Amino acid sequence: MEYSNKLLLKGNEAVVYGALLAGCDCFFGYPITPASEIAQTAAEKFPLLGRTFLQAECETASINMVMGASAAGRRVMTASSGLGISLKQEGVSYIATMELPCVIIDVMRGGPGLGNIAPEQSDYNQITKGGGHGGYKVIVLAPGSAQEMCDFAGLAFDLADQYRSPVYLLTDGVVGQMLESVTLPAPRPRRESPEWALDFKVNPRTNYLTSIYMEPADLEKVNIHLNEKYARIEENEQRCEEYLADDAEFIISGFGICGRVIRTAAERLREEGIRAGVIRPLTLFPFPKKAFRKHAEHAKSFVSVELNNGQMIDDIRLAIECSRPVSLVNRMGGNLVTVDDVVRHVRKLAKGGN
Amino acid sequence: MSEVVKFGRPKGFFETFERRPGSIKKNMSYCPGCGHGVLHKLIAEAIADFGIQDKTTLISPVGCSVFAYFYFDCFGLQVPHGRSAAAATGLTRANPESIVIGYQGDGDLAAIGFNAFIQAANRGENYCVFFVNNAIYGMTGGQMAPTSLLGQKTTTSPYGRNALTEGYPLKVCEMVSQLEAPVYVERVALTSPANILKARKAVRKAIQISMEKKGFAFVEVLSGCPVNLKLKPADMDKFIEENMTKYFPLGVFKDVADEREPVKRAVPVYDREKVEETLYRAMPGGNEAHESLDSPLFDRELRVKIGGFGGQGVLSLGLILAAMGKYRNLNVSWLPSYGPEMRGGTANCAVILNKGAIGSPIVDSNCDLLVVLNRPSLDKYLPELGENGVLMYDSSTIKDAPKVKPGQKAIAISAGDIAEEFGNLKCANAVMLGAIGAMLTKYYLTPADAAKFQETAEAAIAECFAGKDKIVKMNAEACKLGFTKMQNAQS
Repeated sequence: MEYSNKLLLKGNEAVVYGALLAGCDCFFGYPITPASEIAQTAAEKFPLLGRTFLQAECETASINMVMGASAAGRRVMTASSGLGISLKQEGVSYIATMELPCVIIDVMRGGPGLGNIAPEQSDYNQITKGGGHGGYKVIVLAPGSAQEMCDFAGLAFDLADQYRSPVYLLTDGVVGQMLESVTLPAPRPRRESPEWALDFKVNPRTNYLTSIYMEPADLEKVNIHLNEKYARIEENEQRCEEYLADDAEFIISGFGICGRVIRTAAERLREEGIRAGVIRPLTLFPFPKKAFRKHAEHAKSFVSVELNNGQMIDDIRLAIECSRPVSLVNRMGGNLVTVDDVVRHVRKLAKGGN
Repeated sequence: MSEVVKFGRPKGFFETFERRPGSIKKNMSYCPGCGHGVLHKLIAEAIADFGIQDKTTLISPVGCSVFAYFYFDCFGLQVPHGRSAAAATGLTRANPESIVIGYQGDGDLAAIGFNAFIQAANRGENYCVFFVNNAIYGMTGGQMAPTSLLGQKTTTSPYGRNALTEGYPLKVCEMVSQLEAPVYVERVALTSPANILKARKAVRKAIQISMEKKGFAFVEVLSGCPVNLKLKPADMDKFIEENMTKYFPLGVFKDVADEREPVKRAVPVYDREKVEETLYRAMPGGNEAHESLDSPLFDRELRVKIGGFGGQGVLSLGLILAAMGKYRNLNVSWLPSYGPEMRGGTANCAVILNKGAIGSPIVDSNCDLLVVLNRPSLDKYLPELGENGVLMYDSSTIKDAPKVKPGQKAIAISAGDIAEEFGNLKCANAVMLGAIGAMLTKYYLTPADAAKFQETAEAAIAECFAGKDKIVKMNAEACKLGFTKMQNAQS
């Protein structure tokens, strides 16, 4: 039988396909809308390939199962949404300190509190600044399509290994629920257990993993080591997609579903003769500062389009060192920013408004 | 005088404790009279005697034994407070050949970590747990534990534990032994030599069960904490034997080791062909190139919205349209309403077809084709219909013809009635699909594209209902019927 690698998949399904093709061995998760299709697809597909799927009793258990499986030297992932991610943060802090690779997917929904199940992007600050206790950071990728949900899963596992760090896929309910054509990559062979893993087949039993350092001098050393790593990540891993940006007077920025909306908006504005362009961050930590700085040389004004109370806007201001005005187009509560909202806003800016 | 060591440290320990900061590398950090050292010794002796050190991971908890990895010469993992059982689950599931030992205190296991613990026990995870019950929190300075006895004074129960306010001491062995999965449950005490020998036997048995992969083994160890209980080491044993064992009786609570078969876990498959077979889509000819559409209609982005009651097949009609687009080399997106809205209320989905890249997948204005199967959807979405947009509605549920603006078309098809007549009301969406085909054929498609409509629809239906041959056939027929009915109505 011959096979086609072109499938129609929801973002939430595509990320599971991408993970399995990248050699993910284990999935531990807990159901939550709008991320549940990830657990459901994993429950269906992982056992077909002899891989481990386990529905944990709670979010805290699932992240600690991830810790155990990663410590054993396996590629492992989990998925949730906002409030579930909050519960996982304790474990993520330990995982980041022990420098264990893993992939975590946050399909954001409306918050705060129980909020609702409609799409939002209000976990931005929580995730991009670390998330749990202590001064750690995590690599954050921002897929905006089903194809990117698939591809970034593979990328996330590679970055996780390369930097021995948890890597998030931070997206929203729309991208998770949306179905699109996806071209699946080729399956990859199993990744060998790294030299630090607690895997007796390849490593000596002297390996151990811990995150407690009672001596302040020792713990400071750990922190310095981690921060040097984050500096390396900031230097080497900034990623973004630029569209119509080279001569743009107005740079519009957004990730996830907003990254799609602003692309259409920029095209429409160009049709009206307004020089609008797009920077769509593909990494939120590290934030693509270099691209923003480059375009600050010619852009008059920056616009941040977000489904929250304005969180990424601070990173844009920091990136361009407040050298240009940055304004916000946002909705909250599960409402979406429309193409018209963005077009109207930029039109007004072009006419000299604020 | 040279030193003669007659009874050395068990081989399961390091010779010297190099991981321990400071100058003391020979001794453990435990207080005089504490039970941890004794239990450590029993475990260390067992893993060395069984020759399993290379395969063993010991999980250190949060509590006085947080630094167990300073001492044990095997793999070590130090985990968050109470999460030992979850981490053990991850380890043993990821690598079923490794031997995993959980070591937890009463706060770690019976308070903050009880859910993780009891769930792992209930799943019968293949690992063993040693539970140190000393009726007090040691590391944080003598606070009340879930296993503190009634009347026991601690720093957080200064007037004595009171059942009315703090509840009763938690009987963990009694609870665990009620579950189906656990293989072996015993409570021992580290007091007299006779009791320590019993504890030694229990430790070895639990580890043996893990080695044989028989599942979950649990040993509760009544243990002393003279410093926090403010007792002399000599009085400690008396407290355990006279006070604790009254409430926490010693003995075997469950032992079904002889009846249990080893737990079998699947072996991960990485064979390229098998992975492709599982994740790719079976298709004779592989990624066969399909003919692209040549009707001018598809030279720009097409925006479709479909609305109706949940259960009317609104979402699958959208899926089929999207699959049809993909089949004819268009980029497609399909965005459903999701969650409670789908459960009994209205459902809708947006489909976008575009030869180029699709920007926003949301359709909330400039809709080219609006398909509605019920009245509320008509009222809600008609304002989104674009200048030259087409409205198709099910006239079996929407009786009065909707008013559209000049330039827009409103086309009726009694999809529900036709489907009912056809024999399955659930096929109303497929009837509607056929009607859309007839409408497109009349107004928009080149003869070549029109000739391919049914074939493309059938391929898409087959993809959307893969593996359900009967449903595929029924929907394909209903689609054909809808096409004919619409064609007749239009002529």
